[in-house]
Amino acid sequence: MDLSSINPAVLAASLMVAATPIMLAGIGELISEKSGVLNLGVEGMMITGAVSGFAVAVMTGNPALGFIAAVFAGMALALVFGVITQVLLANHVATGLALTLFGLGLSALIGQGYVGVNPPRTAKLEIPLLADIPVLGRALFGHDLIVYLSILLIAAVWAFLKFTRAGLILRAVGENHDAAHALGYRVVRVRLMAIAFGGACAGLGGAYLSLVRVPQWTEGMTAGAGWIALALVVFAAWRPWRLLVGAYLFGGIVVLQLNLQAADVRIPVHYLAMSPYLITILVLVIISSDRSRAALNAPGSLNRTFHAAQ
Amino acid sequence: MIRLEKRPTPSRWWTAATPVLAVLLTMVAGGILFAALGKDPVAAIRIIFWDPLFSAQYASYSRPQLLVKSGPLILIAVGLSFGFRANIWNIGAEGQYIMGALAGAAVALAFHPMEARWLIFPLMVMAGALGGWAWAMIPAILKARFRTNEILVSLLLVYVAERFLAAMALGRMRNPDGGGFPGSRSISGYPSASNPELIAGTGMHWGVVAAFIAVIFAYVLLHRHMMGFHVRLLGQAPRAARFAGVVPGRLIILCMGLAGLLAGLAGMFEVAGPAGRISIDFGSGYGFTAIIVAFLGRLHPIGILLAGLLLGLTYIGGELAQLTLGLPAAAIQAFQGMLLFFLLGLDFLSNYRIRLNRAEAA
Amino acid sequence: MKRRALLSGAALALGLAGAAHADDPTKVGFVYVGPVGDYGWTATHDAARLEVEEHFGDAVETSYVESVAEGADAERVMTQMALQGHDLIFATSFGFGPDANNVAAQFPDVKFEHATGYQQDHENLSLYNARFYEGRAVIGHIAGHMTETNTIGYIASYPIPEVIHGINSAYIHAREVNPDVRFRVIWLFSWFDPSQEADAANALIEQGADVLMQHTDSSAPISIAQDAGIYAFGQASDMSEFGPDAHLTAILDIWAPYYIERVQAVMDGTWEPQDIWHGFAEGMVELSPLNDAIPEDVRASAMELREAIASGEYHPFTGPLNRQDGTPIVGEGEVISDADLLAMDYYVEGITAELPD
Repeated sequence: MDLSSINPAVLAASLMVAATPIMLAGIGELISEKSGVLNLGVEGMMITGAVSGFAVAVMTGNPALGFIAAVFAGMALALVFGVITQVLLANHVATGLALTLFGLGLSALIGQGYVGVNPPRTAKLEIPLLADIPVLGRALFGHDLIVYLSILLIAAVWAFLKFTRAGLILRAVGENHDAAHALGYRVVRVRLMAIAFGGACAGLGGAYLSLVRVPQWTEGMTAGAGWIALALVVFAAWRPWRLLVGAYLFGGIVVLQLNLQAADVRIPVHYLAMSPYLITILVLVIISSDRSRAALNAPGSLNRTFHAAQ
Repeated sequence: MIRLEKRPTPSRWWTAATPVLAVLLTMVAGGILFAALGKDPVAAIRIIFWDPLFSAQYASYSRPQLLVKSGPLILIAVGLSFGFRANIWNIGAEGQYIMGALAGAAVALAFHPMEARWLIFPLMVMAGALGGWAWAMIPAILKARFRTNEILVSLLLVYVAERFLAAMALGRMRNPDGGGFPGSRSISGYPSASNPELIAGTGMHWGVVAAFIAVIFAYVLLHRHMMGFHVRLLGQAPRAARFAGVVPGRLIILCMGLAGLLAGLAGMFEVAGPAGRISIDFGSGYGFTAIIVAFLGRLHPIGILLAGLLLGLTYIGGELAQLTLGLPAAAIQAFQGMLLFFLLGLDFLSNYRIRLNRAEAA
Repeated sequence: MKRRALLSGAALALGLAGAAHADDPTKVGFVYVGPVGDYGWTATHDAARLEVEEHFGDAVETSYVESVAEGADAERVMTQMALQGHDLIFATSFGFGPDANNVAAQFPDVKFEHATGYQQDHENLSLYNARFYEGRAVIGHIAGHMTETNTIGYIASYPIPEVIHGINSAYIHAREVNPDVRFRVIWLFSWFDPSQEADAANALIEQGADVLMQHTDSSAPISIAQDAGIYAFGQASDMSEFGPDAHLTAILDIWAPYYIERVQAVMDGTWEPQDIWHGFAEGMVELSPLNDAIPEDVRASAMELREAIASGEYHPFTGPLNRQDGTPIVGEGEVISDADLLAMDYYVEGITAELPD
């Protein structure tokens, strides 16, 4: 056993990369769930973002355009879900599952011409001065733009939910759609926007996989990342900063597991891989057993269909 | 503005017409997709929907296969529908299915190679049901005791079950005579434990029989029994339910337990029959697809039966279309996604009326 | 197996119908475990399928079903193929073994070929496999020369004999040219997970690896190696596209000659069941063009090793060899048996890592 060979700075750096896709998808889903919509189609939106971003980046030679395309692709798919659940009032859970199925199929069709293609590389953005700090520099300040963007997004969502009127409306809609409707808020419109934001973030997270973390396109390449993002939102108890911590924890367990193996440390891989989910359940039990705090977090109308004339 | 107005009672006409309309719309949209891929759309649609049932060449084989494919979907979906009616959201049937299969397989492997079908097979059935039930009890008890959200706990437990399955397939259940490859020894090939076709050429195995029994049982329970009334009441009017003497905690345990039990049974029958053994990718998504089946069937036992058969048909027809037309598997997946979108999206027609009015918007 | 009884009736009826026209194209079916777009295992089989089509032109008709789960789905797909009048069916994944045998029992006139399996219960089923460890011996040799940190990173899938003897083969030949070499192994418990493969590559690089090997399907590690400025070996197909500088060579899975031979045998009526394990000699395993970064002398010695293995003059598992714990496997000059290779569940002496449970 040789733990000393694991360099914490590098571990932290690869952990940040590993965490970024699930963090992006997670923060989108957080907003969606805060508005009262449980969208189980994250995996489908992510992989559609992954392939669209990849295709556009390859066609234009510009990764930035790829990321933008992924945002729109994720959003488009999310709006299919939005229309079916919000306008046509179908069940969220079933529609979300159908969205995942559809997204996996669609992405493979779009991606047929892109298997075995090398994408243009996304430039790393070494923050001047900060990147030269001995340990922290390598860990924190030598990443590409999307990593920083994902953290900024967490901050923005936090501020949006906490300080803005729009954020308040969003939470009100998620908490009790009938009351929000009585107060004159447009429940369906708010939810559609939240769903679209969720899709945009999932698409971006998917493109981060295909353009930076892996970087290549292959069918089914998200390999369950969307489902992890769903668990992450719960782990975070619908709080943006906790989602950041959770993403680093979830990503960290994967990266740490691999690093421990590489350092010849024998570990029970399967049982370790279960641990994030078991921890999440524990967190969930703790927050829900406390009545006053639970009410502040889990959106009251989650997964309930809203119809104005009910 | 177009406005939706809730009907006092669901329209019978639309209830019957929407699935037909949805399938027709899917045929059109799917036909466009297939044509865009350079395949003959009419032939593709015919192969997916018609050939498995009526083609002289393969229907005699694919019709029974339809039961094999749909059986577990129906069995799981019937169990789920109780909870869904009562607003209890167990979406972790996949995990319960896996745990049922593992429990059933564990019994079979423990007795191997002893021959005593009268003992082993019934024990496996019990173990399968118990395995699924126990796995469902985790979210149920947490929900009843701590009000923990059962959607999320049951979903999270799917991931845990999948990891556990991998650990078992590679570890304790690995076939000692299997050349070191992952996966257990054959359970369907072990006479005392196998779940064979009961009448040759029909596709009927114990799992399909169980699915049919579950449909009938659910129908009776839902329409002729107090529990069915309580379930519907809790879903529609929780407060009234309380006055009617419904104890929500008890109903949660009951509904989740029933769903877990049936999902566990489905897993056990699958591992002892069509799948034949524990392998790493044993959990092939039946538990999630069954959720869609439950909703497509509008949570009604007969509806679930039909929805399960329809979805099974697209799987089997989809394979045929790959085989004969060279359609990619992805096109079939996207096609199934579209079918579900249309079915779910049009369902509102049976519960709502479209009204045109100018003044206010919903 | 009562439930398959009726099928034999169907098979019989079909057999009569199928035998009618000799000038009908020979129908060949392929069952794939993954998507043809996986750029790995399934892609190599599909490439071979296309070569079969090209070779025979109108004389054959091929079809395939992709992403088939083992168990009931695989059995149904193969039965449908048989019912449709396929003459030869390739089941291209280990997990299809029991299913292929079940279907073979019902359709005695249809020939089955099962890849990488061991179960052969019927006269109309053949087994075929490739000696990938021969390729791994050569890349181990090259890696031993190329590493400067004396650390080689190995991304492994499942701890099964094929993967384990692959690691051993690479290690034995790396150590032969570089006694200080050390292998670091990460088990992913997956054949295909691009993001974890990329993370594993990064973790190995962090542990000082400057040459990567993989027994997983995606080309993600090649991309990572390219970006990190180190070397790597491709898996299954030539992956140099993803890392022109990093990609030293790849072990190629060449199925086409075998498939063409077997289709021809079916056409000629000379098909016989067999159980083959082919390597360099028969051309089932090959190396892609070597990177220019490999020095001339290493190139020459690597090719020499390849020739020695191909000619049968040398076996990669020639004694003396000991297990990790020191117990002997084979003595001086002896060669390991195929049966022992196919059941290998231990590392050879010198590997410091431990096998997972």
